[in-house]
Amino acid sequence: MKKFTTFNKLSIILGFSFLYIPIILLVIYSFNESRLVTVWAGFSTKWYGELLQNQGIVGAAVITLKVAFLASTLATILGTMAGFAMARFGHFRGRTLFNGMIYAPLVMPEVITGLSLLLMFVAISFNRGMWTITLAHTTFAMCYVAVVIQSRLTSFDRSIEEAAMDLGCTPLKTFFVITLPIIMPAVVSGWLLSFTLSLDDLVIASFTTGPGATTLPMKIYSMVRLGVTPEINAVSTIMVGLVASGVVVASFLHKRSEARIAKAEVMAGNAP
Amino acid sequence: MMPEQINVQTDKTPRNGGGISRMVRECRPFIWGAKVCRAYGLQGRSITVAIPYLWMLLLFMAPFLIVLKVSFSEIRIAIPPYAPLFQFIDNSYIQITLQLKNYAMLFKDALYVNSYLSSLKIATISTIVTLAIGYPIAYAMARAPKTWRLTLLMLVILPFWTSFLIRVYAWIAILKPEGFLNMVLIWAGVIDKPLIILHTDWAVYIGIVYSYLPFMILPLYANLEKMDFSLLEAASDLGCPPGKTFWKITFPLSMPGVIAGCFLVFIPAVGEFVIPDLLGGSSTLMIGKTLWTEFFSNRDWPLSSAVAVVLLLLLVVPIVWFQRYQARRNIVDVV
Amino acid sequence: MGGEVTKSRKVWAPWNEADAKPFVRIENVTKKFGSFTAIDNVTLDIYEREFFSLLGPSGCGKTTLLRMLAGFETPTSGRVIIDGEDMSTVPPHKRPVNMMFQSYALFPHMTVEQNIAFGLKQDRMAKDEITERVGKMLKLVRMEKMAKRKPDQLSGGQKQRVALARSLAKKPKILLLDEPLGALDKKLREETQFELVNIQETLGITFVIVTHDQEEAMTVSSRIAVMDHGYVAQIASPGEIYEYPNSRQVAEFIGDVNIIEGQITEIRSDSATIKIKGTDVPVETGRSVNATADEWVWVAIRPEKMIISLDAPKNGSINCIAGKVMDIGYLGKLSVYHVRMEDGQIIIVTQTNRMRETERTITWDDLVHVSWSPDAAVVLLS
Repeated sequence: MKKFTTFNKLSIILGFSFLYIPIILLVIYSFNESRLVTVWAGFSTKWYGELLQNQGIVGAAVITLKVAFLASTLATILGTMAGFAMARFGHFRGRTLFNGMIYAPLVMPEVITGLSLLLMFVAISFNRGMWTITLAHTTFAMCYVAVVIQSRLTSFDRSIEEAAMDLGCTPLKTFFVITLPIIMPAVVSGWLLSFTLSLDDLVIASFTTGPGATTLPMKIYSMVRLGVTPEINAVSTIMVGLVASGVVVASFLHKRSEARIAKAEVMAGNAP
Repeated sequence: MMPEQINVQTDKTPRNGGGISRMVRECRPFIWGAKVCRAYGLQGRSITVAIPYLWMLLLFMAPFLIVLKVSFSEIRIAIPPYAPLFQFIDNSYIQITLQLKNYAMLFKDALYVNSYLSSLKIATISTIVTLAIGYPIAYAMARAPKTWRLTLLMLVILPFWTSFLIRVYAWIAILKPEGFLNMVLIWAGVIDKPLIILHTDWAVYIGIVYSYLPFMILPLYANLEKMDFSLLEAASDLGCPPGKTFWKITFPLSMPGVIAGCFLVFIPAVGEFVIPDLLGGSSTLMIGKTLWTEFFSNRDWPLSSAVAVVLLLLLVVPIVWFQRYQARRNIVDVV
Repeated sequence: MGGEVTKSRKVWAPWNEADAKPFVRIENVTKKFGSFTAIDNVTLDIYEREFFSLLGPSGCGKTTLLRMLAGFETPTSGRVIIDGEDMSTVPPHKRPVNMMFQSYALFPHMTVEQNIAFGLKQDRMAKDEITERVGKMLKLVRMEKMAKRKPDQLSGGQKQRVALARSLAKKPKILLLDEPLGALDKKLREETQFELVNIQETLGITFVIVTHDQEEAMTVSSRIAVMDHGYVAQIASPGEIYEYPNSRQVAEFIGDVNIIEGQITEIRSDSATIKIKGTDVPVETGRSVNATADEWVWVAIRPEKMIISLDAPKNGSINCIAGKVMDIGYLGKLSVYHVRMEDGQIIIVTQTNRMRETERTITWDDLVHVSWSPDAAVVLLS
């Protein structure tokens, strides 16, 4: 495991080119002067300027961010509860159904999830719009959060919670003072996951939306159907850039905290 | 008299005040809520289960039952565009009209049968291709120097976080007749007139393989990284040539990763809509796209519900299988 | 059967005093997990200021019993009484009992100081009082310099001290310790054992410890309860458990022992005679036996209480078995001899090596006599 062999080097280079060339081309051509996507006519940021003028896109972006923020926050709360129940409560009545309902949306085709939610909103005559999208996104995102939290809690030394209760802390307070701070990184990554899932979703949002609520993926989709344009490249570049920098910053912070721990271990004189 | 009066007053005032302040204190929503719950025999534990449970029953289970119900009803021009299953006749009988028409339609009309079959075919082929491409990458990552591994892993995860739609869109510009791929190939002299790839099944295959590649690499990597490579040394020490070692040792040991990766690609690929819609042509049949068209263009809600029910039945076997492996857990872990 | 060991000297032993009131009383407690019975009708008393050990192999129910004292498990039937109050259904956060966990369970997001102060804060103690108590505790476990560190900056031994300080900070009526030294290496464990005893004696708190390490239990305890498969096999002081085990199982669990089957031939008021199975060798014991003549029993003799010799001892007619040396193990301060009796059973004898190895006279295949004094043999009925 010391060095790359030629074969391994080749697979990595080819594999990552395949993964990244489309995105890189997309980013490059968002700075193209020409409207024709394949002809390079010089560097320009004019499409970004035009983007800001496009009320449709800006409006859709605002709605998308609102939905994503609300849905991921709700999903994090509900998903943490569900994950906690799955990891900590052993066997309770209806546990099998509960597990099934949490895991099923992870593998259910989006068209079915979208269709079923729409039919229900129609059946109870719920006014469709931003709120129905938010409810739909909360539902499938909370399942992801539940799984993240559950797997974090299974590797969590339970006696830490017991120690708190043993020292006179009530179970509810123990959750907020001990458990939650310790699993916070998992909660945060659950929130981020929910946020990007919501930001990304086209199919479920298309089904559950109502008049006036167009999300960014829906807007992009309708633009793409009309053809490839530099504006779409520009929107895409912004979205990719935001997510990429988010992930990089997060991993940087993570690494720094790891480095701190390593340093502390050296100070404590028990480095591996 | 006087002292007595004063006494009464001083006695009363604090009691009133105390009562109100106590009420205010106890009406703090938190304590109040806890008390109500306790009155109904619920404890913190039950509430923790009950809230997400109810949510999922209401927004996952109930909608699905409604789909089932609608799939048995008849289309009508109204809002909502389907007839009720239950009708009261003379307030005393309940008439239940179960329409199997929609399901019959699915088998009569070749469009639907072909959509299902072609979805399964496209998903299967794409899964195999994804495995063939993903395995060497995952293997190389697992054997990369330790300092590289985390970076490589992050680079695989990064596309997973970026918009699916955008990644599919990026391929349109590449696969177009006047797109990058043809430009490069013509420039290199491999071909002299552009290949027609966009809006064919080829583009769908490329799209699925590209979009789901990280789903294949992550569980494979997680598995291969844990593998003890001294096993390979032991095999070669015992006289096994490298190629044979791979098929006799490495591949069988990585089977859990292979299965997890394949299901993570296969299941969503069967129900895929965006890729066949944007990259495929009018002749590309995939069930997700058929359902979408049935719903949005033909507005036949009962029929599209029936399509959904049958699609789910098709996926039940692999999904139950998949639940055992819970492979997405690995993915979520890595993310 | 207890008496002798404690009567001869004036020792603190409340369990032998008829009017002493138990501090903890576990009364007919049974705990079932589904169809599995973890604790099977256990009754035991623990007295104030005791250092009480629950000793047994893993899965014997000792940890379940400890967790019941802490309140993490409720008994399926029976009662747990602490200081006169029935605690069976009182939740852990309301019990006057603290526990030190096997994994230490230090809160990773709090400093050493905050960890120790945690329990005091739950009691809404005044701030300066908390600071003072935390300071005392840090001093007690000699961790003053580490107050601002977080648990992941501490070594195993340091974590163990913090965990101890944290569980002692609230001055509990009873301190429960679940394998407190299990994660430490051998040398540190031995040092810490004595430290634990010192702390217990200084503070005068009742300690209940769970361990699978018999040496540890022998070193620290005032009394030991040997547990197996959910029931208590014997409760007694360490010396008594070793010298007078009440069953083959206890005898085998604590230290090495030779167990020989035999039949009672005669019972007297202060001794008994037993004929070893398959031979005519009579064994005399230093105590009477609560059994009937002709009953089959087991005689337990510790290897170090036997003497091995080439010549027959002077009064070789009793308590003496002839055999052949099969194996000799040289352990430095000791030598271990495996002697095969006529009927094929192997007897293990250990002898202190007072002479140099080269001068050892007994060697392989020698015919030897193994003898012991009447006091060394214990008769076991089960």
